[in-house]
Amino acid sequence: MLHIYCPHCDEHREEEEFRSKGEAHIARPPEPESASDEDWGNYLFFRKNPRGLHHEQWFHAVGCRKFFNVTRDTVSYEILETYKPGQQPVVTAESRNGSASDKGAAK
Amino acid sequence: MSDVATFNAHPAVAVQAESPLAISRITVATLTSAQGAGVCVREHALLGHLILRGRAADEGFRAGVEVALGLPLPLKMGPVSRDAERGVSVQWMSPDEWLIVVPQGEDYATEARLREALSGHYAVMQVSGAQTVLELSGPSALAVLMKSAGYDFHPRNFPVGKGVSTTLAKSTAVIRRVGEAQWELIIRRSFADYLYRWLLDASEEYGVFVAR
Amino acid sequence: MSQRNRLGTGGRIDRTRPLSFNFNGVSLQGFAGDTLASALLANGVDVVNRSFKYARPRGVMAAGADEPNAIVQLGSTEAGQVPNVRATQQALYNGLVAKSTNGWPNVDRDVMGLLGSLGGQFMPPGFYYKTFMTPASAWPKYEQYIRKAAGLGRSPVESDPDIYDHMNHHCDVLIVGAGPSGLAAALAAGRSGARVILCDEQEEMGGSLLDSRESIDGSPAAEWVATVLAELATLPDVLLLARTTANGYHDHNFVTLHERRTEHLADLAPQANGRRQSRARMHKVRAKRVVLATGALERPLVYGRNDVPGNMLAGAVSTFIRRYGVIPGKTLVLSTTNDHGYRAALDWHDAGRTVVAIVDARDKPDGDLVAAARSRNIRVISGSAVIEAQGKKRVTSAVVAAIDIEGFRVMGSTQELGCDTIASSGGYSPVIHLAAHTGRRPVWREDLFGFVSGGVPGQIAAGGVNGRWSLRDALEDGFEAGARAAAEAGLNAVTVTPPAVAAVREGKAVALYEVPHTKPTMRAPKQFVDQQNDVTAAGIELATREGFESIEHVKRYTGLGFGTDQGKLGNINGMAIAARVTKQTIPETGTTVFRPNYTPIAFGAIAGRHCDELFDPRRYTALHASHLERGAKFEEVGQWMRPWYFPRGTESMHDAVQRECRAVREGVGMLDASTLGKIEIQGKDAREFLNRLYTNAWTKLEPGKCRYGLMCKDDGMVMDDGVTACLAENHFHMTTTTGGAAGVLDWMELWHQTEWPELEVYFNSTTDNWVAMTITGPKARKLLAEVADIDVSAEAFPYMDWREAKVAGVPARIFRISFTGELSYEINVQANYAMHVCKALFEKGAKYDLTPYGTETMHVLRAEKGFVIIGQETDGSVTPEDLGMQWCVGYKKPYSWIGRRALSRPDTRRTDRKQLVGLKPLDPKVVLQEGAQIVLEKEIKIPMPMYGHVTSSYFSPVLGHGFALALLKGGSERMGQTVYLSSGDGSLHAAEVVSPVFYDPKGTRHHV
Repeated sequence: MLHIYCPHCDEHREEEEFRSKGEAHIARPPEPESASDEDWGNYLFFRKNPRGLHHEQWFHAVGCRKFFNVTRDTVSYEILETYKPGQQPVVTAESRNGSASDKGAAK
Repeated sequence: MSDVATFNAHPAVAVQAESPLAISRITVATLTSAQGAGVCVREHALLGHLILRGRAADEGFRAGVEVALGLPLPLKMGPVSRDAERGVSVQWMSPDEWLIVVPQGEDYATEARLREALSGHYAVMQVSGAQTVLELSGPSALAVLMKSAGYDFHPRNFPVGKGVSTTLAKSTAVIRRVGEAQWELIIRRSFADYLYRWLLDASEEYGVFVAR
Repeated sequence: MSQRNRLGTGGRIDRTRPLSFNFNGVSLQGFAGDTLASALLANGVDVVNRSFKYARPRGVMAAGADEPNAIVQLGSTEAGQVPNVRATQQALYNGLVAKSTNGWPNVDRDVMGLLGSLGGQFMPPGFYYKTFMTPASAWPKYEQYIRKAAGLGRSPVESDPDIYDHMNHHCDVLIVGAGPSGLAAALAAGRSGARVILCDEQEEMGGSLLDSRESIDGSPAAEWVATVLAELATLPDVLLLARTTANGYHDHNFVTLHERRTEHLADLAPQANGRRQSRARMHKVRAKRVVLATGALERPLVYGRNDVPGNMLAGAVSTFIRRYGVIPGKTLVLSTTNDHGYRAALDWHDAGRTVVAIVDARDKPDGDLVAAARSRNIRVISGSAVIEAQGKKRVTSAVVAAIDIEGFRVMGSTQELGCDTIASSGGYSPVIHLAAHTGRRPVWREDLFGFVSGGVPGQIAAGGVNGRWSLRDALEDGFEAGARAAAEAGLNAVTVTPPAVAAVREGKAVALYEVPHTKPTMRAPKQFVDQQNDVTAAGIELATREGFESIEHVKRYTGLGFGTDQGKLGNINGMAIAARVTKQTIPETGTTVFRPNYTPIAFGAIAGRHCDELFDPRRYTALHASHLERGAKFEEVGQWMRPWYFPRGTESMHDAVQRECRAVREGVGMLDASTLGKIEIQGKDAREFLNRLYTNAWTKLEPGKCRYGLMCKDDGMVMDDGVTACLAENHFHMTTTTGGAAGVLDWMELWHQTEWPELEVYFNSTTDNWVAMTITGPKARKLLAEVADIDVSAEAFPYMDWREAKVAGVPARIFRISFTGELSYEINVQANYAMHVCKALFEKGAKYDLTPYGTETMHVLRAEKGFVIIGQETDGSVTPEDLGMQWCVGYKKPYSWIGRRALSRPDTRRTDRKQLVGLKPLDPKVVLQEGAQIVLEKEIKIPMPMYGHVTSSYFSPVLGHGFALALLKGGSERMGQTVYLSSGDGSLHAAEVVSPVFYDPKGTRHHV
């Protein structure tokens, strides 16, 4: 069971309060009707499944009912940071491989 | 404001109102008095419950709520604003959502006062029929909560005056610490019987008294 | 039988409190403080079990969780049966009844044992698979006998009368193990003000200190234990849990602790203060830091016939003598690779019995303990090992030889030393199970001949688990770990000065796993590696020779470390043998993964109180009392308890449903529709939000009006539907399906929070706030007129309008919408007043024979009208057009609403998609089976192309025949065709493809 820091509630909560909603940062293409079938298909159906660092969207279903993002290691299950929608992750595969920074890690 | 249809749910004539626990049977051994009970369970039925939505960053909104309720608007998760004498409380539920509890029958008037005091983008919704309040008190009330929920109820994390919304058994509840050994659980109507049974079951070993 | 192996003095048992117990039908006595194992040994019981596969006689080998043999079935009653109990972990209580897990007809004369005694050649690894391979169809029969032969214990066939529960905890520091390191860590963390949980699996805390020969601060170690525990008990934020096993270690320092609360008292949990208490409690702990002070388990040596009763771990011998006052034999031979093993010989000697010899694998043993043995004139044979035990049901002698460890061979001749007990010590294996549960690979330490933790975030290992074997080191490590854990948890850690412990000079140990024999491993007498799973050195060698070279494969082929054992004694030896055979090092061979649970726990403890009627929430509407009064049969819809039908007298379900259907079509019926999801929407952009969310248009819906809406996911597939009312310009009341309520609200929040935060709109669930009573049927208006204070005429209150009114004096919103095809009103009142309104409706409705109906009738009525139910007609692969609901799709809406773009993808444009149709069986009596596949031809051929399936099927009283809704490929082009459907009994039914609207296709009945 993960222990997840909700950036809205400003607290760690048990995993059972949350729902995982898959890959984060999937934006709906702004002009759907002019998107190609292929682009629309990619938006609808294709998701990353990396071994290692992953940015995921989570929902604090039983708490504040707000969505947020989690940077999580899919191997160790370590959570490196959580951040609100619209914000960008501090910890990325690039930053980790370079000078691994824990600055963005959740409290 | 004519953009919203307000609704006074209460009949003008005398009508029997029923709490969500009206159907609940007690199937555990209970004590006949609070004397020596590890846990006392008491329902505060039929209170007024409202959901307030709005922008916490909006000064006018915050000031309006304070005017309407006579209580400051909590701006973060945790501390509940409460006037015990008037039976009014406001709790942060989300960055743009608050739960207001008022005495029985005062929900409609509270909504009216809020609408009078507020403008711009906000919402007020009555949910008095949707939930009820259970009070859990006594030396073992904490143990009962620990048997029921994964949240950390230790005073270092959960001082008197704090309120959270979390899981309770396989359902959910708003849980507030009213005193060192006194808690309020705000539970949903349709889950009330399940949670009531769960809590009584968890309380049984400590000796439980159900106040009427 | 007297307690012939009981010492006159010593141990932590209470000789003034004798206890009676029964083992395999024989009454025996022990003392308070005994375990079942120590009591059996005191009584001289050698054979306590038969082994799992070869049915060989086995005795007690260890003194704790590592016991592989003395595994018993506990319980004096059928309901109280508990399988797989380690006798070494079961406290003795008066009246305890235990039986050997294995052995038929009994442990002393076992039929299967004959087979096992024929030798390893007869039942090598893979024996069952190889022998019973063909014919495959006979396997179930073989399995029956194999299961009987294998010793796995048995579950009770009666339900468990005990209760189990759970408790959640959060702490700064969880310390697993209350031996020297754990106690030291608890003291350091506790004095620092940390919230501490200290758990230990044994009856008493203290671990190795309870049978230690050493002194702490000049007093016996056990006195220090008592002092520390007394101090810890005064600290308000320290929780001490004895009899509590940390059975599973999960992500982010979430650890489950299994507390056996009453198993030391009686078979079934006794009452406490006249009230029932749980037998076991699962503590779910979220710890900021975990100190792993689980210590180490002694590793036995692998030599020939090392499983004959009387072969024991050296440390276990010491524990039985010093802690339980039991000496498990008369004459001892000790085989060791290290100084620690010598304690067994010293304790044996000091108890006044004969130590025949200490056989030490080292050439020049020279530590303090060795000197102590020599000073007692105990014979020490160096450079040698016990290579084989003699005896059948008890050791009679030890075969000893000089060995060349490097060359893996015996040197010179062997000698036989008469003895009844052989103790062995191959060093220690750190107990790293909990460090491995979350998937971290352990790390080999050549200096320790063992694996240590690979490092788990937030976890600190201390003491024996770190390879710090000596008491002095273990204490020091513990204090450091406790202080560090408290500091890392954010407290001001205090430094504790460790107590004084005399230094013990220790000679260097050697690495010895399998002891060489005069014969090669494959021909030597069985050398057991994992006694619980009956895995031998030869078995591992065979596995590697047959190509199972990966240690994970070796494990699965042989059973090494399986099941309840989890490799406590055998893993390292097994890996060392695999490494030797494959000519690799142990770290190259690697280790298998340890999994929860560390020791077996009852299913009841996992379930806790989530059982029986508390298993899952049952949700009730505010009208539940009314349903009960009217004799409803209930159906679980999600978690809701909904009336299914209301039988009158002895009426069958079919008859009740037919009657309820007729009542709605001809009179008036009443449905509790409260479970439908309700979402209140406020804000100036509410209408725009609805336009984006629903497939149809909301721009022109005026206050006072309702509209049916359909929701798609962005892939164009229908996800929910319902009626939404415009309450005011910026205020809407949405309804969803019962099952979709929570999901739809989450869905709306998702889009609002992540895609359209600029829209000024708020939503909230009001499902539980309202009770919705649907009155429907030709007489519904008359009934409503009697209870409502408004003009309900068709002109004043037309179809798809809503009105505010007082119903029986209670303020209500009445929605004139219909899911039955009849004149319908859905009366919504605040839930607290619902019963009052409901009673009034039935009072006034009596003269119209107001008929309560349930979900079954609701389904028939809506299906007759071709109204779909989300999740029944749809399954996430159905578009609005597939349902023939183009009328509900706003292609011209300016914003590309959710699902819009996907509806122009080539796949959603296909004309041969499955489309909703009606099916009318040619035989009017036939009711097709839901789920039945549709074929186009009567003759069956292979392959038989399938064209769709039945989604709903009922018998309609108003139509007088069975009818069905179905999804059929190209269905809209197949009207009038005959299709065929198989039924469960193999017969084929013909049906005509028709419109899905069977009843009142023009919709005149609800428009009156």
